[in-house]
Amino acid sequence: MRVLGNFVKARETGILLALLIVIVVATVKNPSFLFSSDGFRDLLLTPSILLLLAVGQAIVIITRNVDLSVGSVLGLTAYLTGRLFIDVPGIPIPVVFLAGIVFGGLLGLVNGALVAFAKVPALVITLGTLYAYRGINVLWTGSDRINASDMPKDFLGLGTSSLLYIPWLTIIAIIVLVAAGWFLRTQRAGRELYAIGSDPAAANLYGLKVTQRVLVAFVLSGALAGLAGVLYAARYGTVNSQAGVNLELQAVGAAVIGGVAIFGGSGTVWGAAIGAFLLLTINRALPIVGVQDFWQRAVVGVLIIGAIVLDRVLARRQARKLVEMRDES
Amino acid sequence: MTTGTTTARTYKDYGQPLWRRILVTREAAVIGALILVIVVASFSVRAFAKPITMTYLFLDIAPILLIALPMTLIIITGEIDLSVASIVGLSSVTLGVLHQGGMPIEVAGAIALVVGLVAGAINGFLITVVGLPSLAVTIGTLALYRGLAVGLLGTKAVTEFTEFWTDLAKSKIPGTAIPSVVILIVVIAIIFAVLLHFTAFGRGIYAIGLSPETARFSGVRVERTKFILFMLSGVVSALAGIYYTLRFGSARGDNATGLELSVIAAVLLGGVSIFGGRGALHGVIAGVLLIGTLASALRLANVTSDVINIITGTLLVASVVITSFLAWLRTKRARPGGKRTETLAAAKS
Repeated sequence: MRVLGNFVKARETGILLALLIVIVVATVKNPSFLFSSDGFRDLLLTPSILLLLAVGQAIVIITRNVDLSVGSVLGLTAYLTGRLFIDVPGIPIPVVFLAGIVFGGLLGLVNGALVAFAKVPALVITLGTLYAYRGINVLWTGSDRINASDMPKDFLGLGTSSLLYIPWLTIIAIIVLVAAGWFLRTQRAGRELYAIGSDPAAANLYGLKVTQRVLVAFVLSGALAGLAGVLYAARYGTVNSQAGVNLELQAVGAAVIGGVAIFGGSGTVWGAAIGAFLLLTINRALPIVGVQDFWQRAVVGVLIIGAIVLDRVLARRQARKLVEMRDES
Repeated sequence: MTTGTTTARTYKDYGQPLWRRILVTREAAVIGALILVIVVASFSVRAFAKPITMTYLFLDIAPILLIALPMTLIIITGEIDLSVASIVGLSSVTLGVLHQGGMPIEVAGAIALVVGLVAGAINGFLITVVGLPSLAVTIGTLALYRGLAVGLLGTKAVTEFTEFWTDLAKSKIPGTAIPSVVILIVVIAIIFAVLLHFTAFGRGIYAIGLSPETARFSGVRVERTKFILFMLSGVVSALAGIYYTLRFGSARGDNATGLELSVIAAVLLGGVSIFGGRGALHGVIAGVLLIGTLASALRLANVTSDVINIITGTLLVASVVITSFLAWLRTKRARPGGKRTETLAAAKS
């Protein structure tokens, strides 16, 4: 009963409900939105890459930082993936995955080191590396393009094929999500991320290793963006120098919609993941309910603003409740 | 924590002689870098020293230069406005759609400015009245305003504009190589400089950035100040949108996508602290010019235009990291026999 009560009250439930409503409305309008093999597959497949970015972003935002470079990191690793298949014929697929994750992690490490050691706000650093990484990408790629024919069939299959109707991409994303959710909820290092985000100075006084934890958060975000880059290559088959442009704000948007407070200390990766699902599902649902898809970004904007207004209202209500409880006792 | 060190530094700065206070500043460093780039490029890059370089330089960076002015004031209060480029797009589409509907450009432009004002007011309302963080709000309105712009015009573009106006946007001041738009920028820059540096309103902006509570108790109307700044940001962005549309003779929903990040990068490079309370307009203007000059010098030197991204990013990161490193060095040097140890000793005894 208590579990059920918590579930009803959780911030994530509201956003999940919104997602279900979108799916139901779209399905009533056009049953093939859900009840065709393609529709069901796309429903799960489309948000998977953004989900990975949103999870990484949530981890960073919880520590009261932000990582704007994820789109550029994704672009770099997506191109690296293609290059590896071209330059190293017969390279095993797991090695490519590992290379992408490690490379993304290293790029995240650069962000984290600059933020944690130089004590410069993450917004500034990652805005800088957003440009720098994208510039390196453009310099490296030039007008070159990776095509589907450059990559092995088995690898491309990961991006499109399914296991028991569930796309591989989604399975990978869900595994990462569960692992991140478990880490943040039960592990000491995970809980410390929340403590740092709530009050960095207090966390420092309390003796938490703030520098190290923040560094780890950025490495995780980079590694997840790296993984997302490898999967991007598998999913779309073509990679040019513009892969992942403007994804960073979508990732932040997904996290914010999912109830991750922009000033840290609260929110879950589950919320961010549902936020990512909601963002991209709405995009697909709008044309079906008769709204031209040009308007989708406006809807996303309303959604983000609605979510933060809602969070504000909920926070005020809770604060009032806490004051009442204090006065009563 | 950060505001504490900033105030401490400000007091310390006043203990320095005047020439040091003027020369050893972040703004002076940016201006120095700008002069260095101009001198080096004039000698080493062929055709850089020609007047036409300057013409295109100003035509290209005019929107960034315009929007950087209100952005500076907003960042000094400790807030941020990510929606500016979307307001550029929205005003561009407003102008295009209304003009296509038969409205003269003067009227359509005025309405576009009003649209910008309203867009800024919505930001201001959500941030100051509802009390939401500006970073989150303007990520939302970034999507919303861009969505409205794209929704109104779709993938179409309006390209029929009165030649008089499109020519004016590209015209030069007679007898010089300086584009006429520079006059507009100078006028607006002077207004903003006076507002920020020579009025009580401007001192209030710094006070808010250093500590909103202190500012409130000192009689600064924090909410009203921020509200006005976001409206100013909306209007100036809309103006930049009108210029952008006329200069390229094309109103599109995706005009100036991503410009917000260039503006913010330039403002931060110009020495404005992202924590608020610190920065000056001359530094910001030098910052915008530095990025623009580097870009045009490199383009003339046949370096692919994409390197500019790397340079913008690296400059931004390097500038903040170096500043923070110097501050760290200063505290390290100040510590032995410095005030901190004295107070510690006093506390112990």
